[in-house]
Amino acid sequence: MALRRAVASFLPKLAGAAETLPAASHAASSFSQLICTPLDVVERQQQPSGFRSFASDAVEVFKPETGLTPTNRLSMAPTPYIKYDEHNHKRFPPGTEGRPFAYFVQTGGRFLYASAARLAVLKIVMSLSAAADTMALSSLEVDLSGVEEGTTITVKWRGKPVFIRHRTDAEIAQSAEVALSELRDPQKDVDRAINPKYLVVVGICTHLGCVPISGAGNYQGWFCPCHGSHYDISGRIREGPAPYNLEVPEYRFTEGQKVVIG
Amino acid sequence: MRMHNKIQLLSVLNTHLVAYPTPMNLNYSWNGGSLAGMMLASQMLTGILLAMHYVGHVDYAFASVQHLMTDVPSGMILRYAHANGASLFFIVVYLHVLRGMYYGSGAQPREIVWISGVVILLVMIITAFIGYVLPWGQMSFWGATVITSLATAIPVVGKHIMYWLWGGFSVDNPTLNRFYSFHYTLPFILAGLSVFHIAALHQYGSTNPVGVNSQSSLISFGSYFGAKDLVGALFLALVFSILVFFYPDLLGHPDNLIPANPYSTPQHIVPEWYFLWVYAILRSIPNKAMGVLAIGLVFASLFAMPFIGLGGGKFRIITEWLYWTFLADVLLLTWLGGNEITPITSFVGQCCTAYLFFYLLVCQPLVGYLETQFAHGTQTN
Repeated sequence: MALRRAVASFLPKLAGAAETLPAASHAASSFSQLICTPLDVVERQQQPSGFRSFASDAVEVFKPETGLTPTNRLSMAPTPYIKYDEHNHKRFPPGTEGRPFAYFVQTGGRFLYASAARLAVLKIVMSLSAAADTMALSSLEVDLSGVEEGTTITVKWRGKPVFIRHRTDAEIAQSAEVALSELRDPQKDVDRAINPKYLVVVGICTHLGCVPISGAGNYQGWFCPCHGSHYDISGRIREGPAPYNLEVPEYRFTEGQKVVIG
Repeated sequence: MRMHNKIQLLSVLNTHLVAYPTPMNLNYSWNGGSLAGMMLASQMLTGILLAMHYVGHVDYAFASVQHLMTDVPSGMILRYAHANGASLFFIVVYLHVLRGMYYGSGAQPREIVWISGVVILLVMIITAFIGYVLPWGQMSFWGATVITSLATAIPVVGKHIMYWLWGGFSVDNPTLNRFYSFHYTLPFILAGLSVFHIAALHQYGSTNPVGVNSQSSLISFGSYFGAKDLVGALFLALVFSILVFFYPDLLGHPDNLIPANPYSTPQHIVPEWYFLWVYAILRSIPNKAMGVLAIGLVFASLFAMPFIGLGGGKFRIITEWLYWTFLADVLLLTWLGGNEITPITSFVGQCCTAYLFFYLLVCQPLVGYLETQFAHGTQTN
């Protein structure tokens, strides 16, 4: 009842202008309907689907043909026709609302959110990279003292086979003699081995990835059975579909007869 | 025309997350829902990343978690974020449920909201339980053994059901594998249930702390409660960060850092803290089958609450303080659940369990009636 009286005190002010302000009269009639009818009566005029907002009904009279929801219309076109009872509200005097301070605080916060987002993305993305145990296996030390001249051993490095051949002098001489013009992927033998006595190459065919067979093929090197690529004793492609020579990994010799690959 | 008026999906999001009319007097205890959603998202993200490193086999599970902690970049953060995230998820959801009990959020016409919420709680409990088994520590293994053995409470077929659950004659590799599969799947079902939960709420709108019709004092959710939820989220992030980076093992049990040993049971089997109240109820009843039934009864009474109870405690003089006795009772049960069984704790546990059921099943309808009597004297409406 007190609510009705409060509303009634506002309505006369608007009643005079009701003819020229259809929104106000609509709002007034909506509101009085709201407080006068039992609360469980759901149908009010022009009830939008799902919404129970009162203020948005005040703009219902405008542009009903746009198909926008009343609340959206209200946010797009704020209206002065809605009068709020603000007798117990305190407002800042115009210009003293402290917007600059508030905006600075918000901006500072947004910088922090941005750096938090960056940190989260980095941590997540980097967590997918190699773990410490994988990195520990990324270097392999091989003892070559057991490799006899003229033999090839295969070791596992970074999940891939690596051929190490203890080459004979004849093989070294033969590799040096090959003219570069004959090679699909021209490379001098001296550029492919730090110490010509030991050839260290990755045992994966550069065609489509099969493992070539040692001591096979037309060039006394390797032969890949998948598509018929022939490699010579320097691991260079001589015949067949492979485009490049067998890859020479990064390696160095250490004390004794040891080599560290990778 | 604005994007959210043109595109249907954005329009749906706008309707439910931005323009949605919300009572203006909601307090911070209404933050629980959005915080729970955030914790679910966090658990899903950390969980998917963890699944890249975890190995679901009894011989490798424990070692894979250690590998994650020491070798994987940021692995320690991921693991602790997921483990402590589960604790925070439960803290937030319990606060959310307690809010619902105090303010009568499940009262008509929002029964479906409440019931779907209890289903969500159940799925959460199952997910958390089987998730805890995965690291395959001592507590993981023996907790799984103890709780799955509850199936033997079922007469006649109980033992066979238990073997079926285990996939064998004891908790072993088949059990671990199926738990891993379910632990990955259930959160997605949880996400779907949460959407349904929100949709059910949006049918009638939110209640408010005063408990009266708020139709004339609604404001848009987007700017106001978006900001309030942001404050709540920042606070949650602070608590989360303190836990994960400074006290990551605070809520865990040291026995779970011992690899599972099927031949040696730890002295003190306890579940994680968020299950302690249920554990206390289970232990307080000496009969095995009755204990299981008691747990079932707890959830049955939660499901029935919208139909037994009369709504929130605001302006109801007895309910308003009786509610706090219920909360104290649950906290006491939690503490008891973590303690050893002595004659005193056993007796107190039984009293607390009895009071819990008294509150949920007797007080809910009765106190409302008494309050009406006090208010109106001989009139009953």
